[in-house]
Amino acid sequence: MTTPSRLPEPYGPGSGANLADILERVLDKGIVIAGDIRINLLDIELLTVKLRLVVASVDKAKEMGIDWWESDPALSSRARRDELAKENAELRERLARLEELEQGTGRAHTHPKEAP
Amino acid sequence: MTGLRYVYAVCRPLGAPLQAQLTGVAGAPAKMLTHHGLVAVVSEVPERDFSEEPLRTHLEDLDWLAATARAHQGVIDALTVVTTPLPLRMATVFRDDSGVRSMIESREEHIRATLERLQGRVEWGVKVYLETEQPQEAEASPAETGPKAASGRDYLRRRRQQTMAREDVWQKAETFATRLHEKLSAFAEDSRLHAPQNATLSGAAGRNVLNAAYLVPRGHSEEFVELVDRTKDDAPGLRVELTGPWAAYSFAGELPQQEVP
Repeated sequence: MTTPSRLPEPYGPGSGANLADILERVLDKGIVIAGDIRINLLDIELLTVKLRLVVASVDKAKEMGIDWWESDPALSSRARRDELAKENAELRERLARLEELEQGTGRAHTHPKEAP
Repeated sequence: MTGLRYVYAVCRPLGAPLQAQLTGVAGAPAKMLTHHGLVAVVSEVPERDFSEEPLRTHLEDLDWLAATARAHQGVIDALTVVTTPLPLRMATVFRDDSGVRSMIESREEHIRATLERLQGRVEWGVKVYLETEQPQEAEASPAETGPKAASGRDYLRRRRQQTMAREDVWQKAETFATRLHEKLSAFAEDSRLHAPQNATLSGAAGRNVLNAAYLVPRGHSEEFVELVDRTKDDAPGLRVELTGPWAAYSFAGELPQQEVP
């Protein structure tokens, strides 16, 4: 089953299991039993691996004048939270403007505003 | 002898010996260590690579990590063909056989209960990808940033336009993924949603919008696979990928949806 030379391919090319499929299972799932050798696998969670892969290409990206990874939701969970927070703030602001506008329409009967 | 013991899985006694050629993470053959009527599948690993310090260093090396993960999975996969293994997280290492025995003793009840729960079940992985015509976003290319020397402002504007065009596509993808997950969850005994995969790591084309695992009795697997196959045509612009059968990795943990604090 296993090849003596390189990586065993338990799923063969047809089945479509990629490295990420394997890593997310063997690193992240499976039963956790503390062995005699204490290693905190949380230190190398997939996220870290992903980040390292991204970081590896940072310089290249910067050369191209691109720095969106700092704010791309797909690459940063922090950015995703930030984005949600931003969206919330925008919606709140919009709501406030609409409410204001509505009140404004009320007043408009007495003081009609002219378009600029 | 300075070898440590790397444990892959615990299972019930097999009717037959392990494949003679079954090789573990450090190239040593996988062996069975039976204790209290349970079998730990172990192999010897060198201390110079698997004691704490070297192991920590190795785990930071993606090539080493990948090779070890594949070897670990190779053993689990071979076991899955002949039994229902309870897969241990990668890099569970003991000093010697007696360390493995005491682990079995101290966890016996829990191990038996989990084996009972998973008996005869396998895990299927289902992923949905949004096929993008654009180059991988993770590698926003010069083509995407447009004709040369785009200012920061131009760049942002262009990105915003792209974002809006994508929103509609995303909406459709999300609706499809949600429905598919509902349908498959209803068929499966249990399910787990995993984080979408990073394209660089998976090497897969398109954007991963659903990454889920389903626990299915082996006997119902064929039906499950057909169910997934049938959805493949309802989704223009989307790609459905099935992997498995895996050992029930995603369902072996102590708690459902075990979260990292």
